[in-house]
Amino acid sequence: MRIVARTASWCLGLAGLLAAAVTVSAALGPVRVPPVEVTKVLLNALAVPVGAEVETRSMPGPLFVPAIELRYVSPFAYPVADLHRQIVVAIRLPRILLAAVVGFALAAAGTVMQGFFRNPMADPSIIGVSSGAAVGAVAFIVAPAMLPGWLHWLGLQGMAFLGALAAAFGVYAIATRNGRTPVATLLLAGVAVQTFLGAVVSYLQLQAEESLRQVVGWLMGHLAGASWAEVRVTLVVVPVLFAVLLVYARDLNVLLLGEEEARGLGIAVERTKRILLGVSALITAAGVAVTGVIGFVGLIVPHMLRLVVGPDHRILLPTAALAGGSFLVIADTVARLGSAEIPVGVVTAAVGAPFFLFLLRKREVHEL
Amino acid sequence: MADDEAEAGTDTSATGSTVDADDARPYLEATDVTVSIGGTTVLEGVDLAVETGSFLGVVGPNGAGKTTLLRTLRGSLAPDRGRVRVDDEDLTTRSARAVARRVASVPQDTTLSFDFSVEQVVGMGRTPHRSRFSTADADDREAVTDAMATTDTARFADRSVGTLSGGERQRVLVARALAQETPVLLLDEPTGSLDVNHTVETLELVRDLVEAGKTVVAAIHDLNVAARYCDELLLLADGRVRSVGTPETVLSEPALRDAFDARTVVTEQPGSTAPLVTALPDHDPDAASRRVHVVGTGQRAATAVGVLVAAGHEVSVGVVPAGDAAAERAREIGADPVTVPPFAGVSDDAAAAATDRAAAADVTVVVGSPFTDNRRVATALPGSRRVVIDASGIEGREATLEGLGDAIELIGAGKKSGAGDADEADGVERTDGMEEGKADQANRTNDR
Repeated sequence: MRIVARTASWCLGLAGLLAAAVTVSAALGPVRVPPVEVTKVLLNALAVPVGAEVETRSMPGPLFVPAIELRYVSPFAYPVADLHRQIVVAIRLPRILLAAVVGFALAAAGTVMQGFFRNPMADPSIIGVSSGAAVGAVAFIVAPAMLPGWLHWLGLQGMAFLGALAAAFGVYAIATRNGRTPVATLLLAGVAVQTFLGAVVSYLQLQAEESLRQVVGWLMGHLAGASWAEVRVTLVVVPVLFAVLLVYARDLNVLLLGEEEARGLGIAVERTKRILLGVSALITAAGVAVTGVIGFVGLIVPHMLRLVVGPDHRILLPTAALAGGSFLVIADTVARLGSAEIPVGVVTAAVGAPFFLFLLRKREVHEL
Repeated sequence: MADDEAEAGTDTSATGSTVDADDARPYLEATDVTVSIGGTTVLEGVDLAVETGSFLGVVGPNGAGKTTLLRTLRGSLAPDRGRVRVDDEDLTTRSARAVARRVASVPQDTTLSFDFSVEQVVGMGRTPHRSRFSTADADDREAVTDAMATTDTARFADRSVGTLSGGERQRVLVARALAQETPVLLLDEPTGSLDVNHTVETLELVRDLVEAGKTVVAAIHDLNVAARYCDELLLLADGRVRSVGTPETVLSEPALRDAFDARTVVTEQPGSTAPLVTALPDHDPDAASRRVHVVGTGQRAATAVGVLVAAGHEVSVGVVPAGDAAAERAREIGADPVTVPPFAGVSDDAAAAATDRAAAADVTVVVGSPFTDNRRVATALPGSRRVVIDASGIEGREATLEGLGDAIELIGAGKKSGAGDADEADGVERTDGMEEGKADQANRTNDR
């Protein structure tokens, strides 16, 4: 019972922080919008489903699969300036929400990977997801002519997503023998595959010529130009996958004791590992496919939260995810506020690495 | 010969089982279990059977396969051949969750480097009883509270396991296994990281659990601890069962020499009938054999006699009442006892015979305070050539049963270097010179 109350209060607090970060971020930019005005715009933008009705008007025959249509109501209608509404809703909000969702996803996946590998240096890209996404994306940018036609249909994000999943599955397949996947083998296979894919990306970059700038921009991580379509996809995919991870939080705790102990306590270890790996790969891929490689969120945010709330994944996982969202929103706000926009991956690494070193020296991050 | 031993042991246990078994089958049973790890056969054709509410100790040298056997019994390793049954169900066909509701285990390696609280770790024992979506219910909380109370870990329920001492961690892991509420409990070296006090505490606790109906199998490296607490022992060496049965049948000197490649003396533990195994240092063939006279009675004297004979010394004993453990022991292993009938008192003849033997010996060993008539025997040699074990009122080099061999060596070395012995305190007439006396004095000082 204690754990439920603790988790709830921490999550409420961090959700409040995230809401505040989103609001302040939306207020900042070349055109200043007062935070109160932003809040009003955000509330106006909310649409709450209040009911559903079966669409029956246009039935051609008596047998049909009913289509269900949700009825929405916007509960708030504050008067706001149209310019402010445009800036916040059309320009800033998609980017900010994308940052929040991707930060959320990366921190969640990082938490799971660190627990899963029982290794403090594990992050979401450990099983090759990021490098796979990079190969897919860079190949699409550099050499579209060399790709078969059906891959063009996928687009940049689709290619990155496909590359991410292919790399993760490849690492898993390499490390699996006789239906068992030793974690140490998985880790080494991940490192080797990452190195190999890094070589592929470097080679592709040499061929890039005029598209080199775009390649580098993608590789460093970017949130600029986010569209509502991208945000909607990740907003649906990420919470569903996150819910699966959350269901396995207690199993993750037990896995920290070691696989054999976990089995002794009744965990179906190989199946649990497959699910955790698969879902983490998916949730990471959903993020990096849209934004490119954003480092350090998935590494340091879980560590920070572990210091604060402890190692119990039932509280660590949701709090780290919420904090990851806030972290990336703030980092991206810094990235876009300068005179020239810098890739958000540069900001997270520039802020994250020194902070990580500080934690390493100051307190105990040596352990999970 | 070893095979004969093993078979004899197995037979005993088989008859033992049929006598007290009402059920058709033992609760935990392994038949013909063969396990190989990385191509090496670690266990070969292991059979074992444990009744409900009984405690089987698995003993054997390092690398015998004790841990592998326990891992197989908990379902962590699938045997290449043979099967493990719990309550008549084959373990390998059951899910991890189903197994975890029947078998709990306490691992040997108790390193827990992360920051979970003791209560959280114990709570993890409830994993096989809880559904994925539920929070802890009243049963879970009660099981955790009970487990912590039983193991006396409730005091540090909120502390991080990383801050506990080895013994405390061990108890936390026992608590976790108890919270699992399984009929079978497996312990791998439960006393490996514990001091004497906690060893006794832990095993008394396990014993209580056995009395309450738990079926326990433990790998225990300390033979004497195993003998004292287990109902039956299984002696494992090179992956094979050498013998199974009561501690008395399993812990025989030949079987132990065969399994451990070590020389031992088996006597009885004080205050119990459980066998007491004393390992002897390897006999140094260069070490001279000495004549040693032992004064003392009972188990400890008997052990001393065994140790001395096994170390290659020529041993005489006396005066002892006939039928005393020391007399029996001496007769068994070919030492020379001077006996008197029980309760008859020491006759002058016997006292004279014993004194002659003592005077002719190189060293006298006095175990316990000698009764009046034996004092003369004990002091036939000067104090500097006397080793005393728990004897008050007698001068001499103090030693323990384990250190007996070394003490004899030291006295022998002093003698060999030409040192005679002067001991004014004893007032025994000496013919040796003063220099030797000094050398001996120095020797004794060093020893303290």
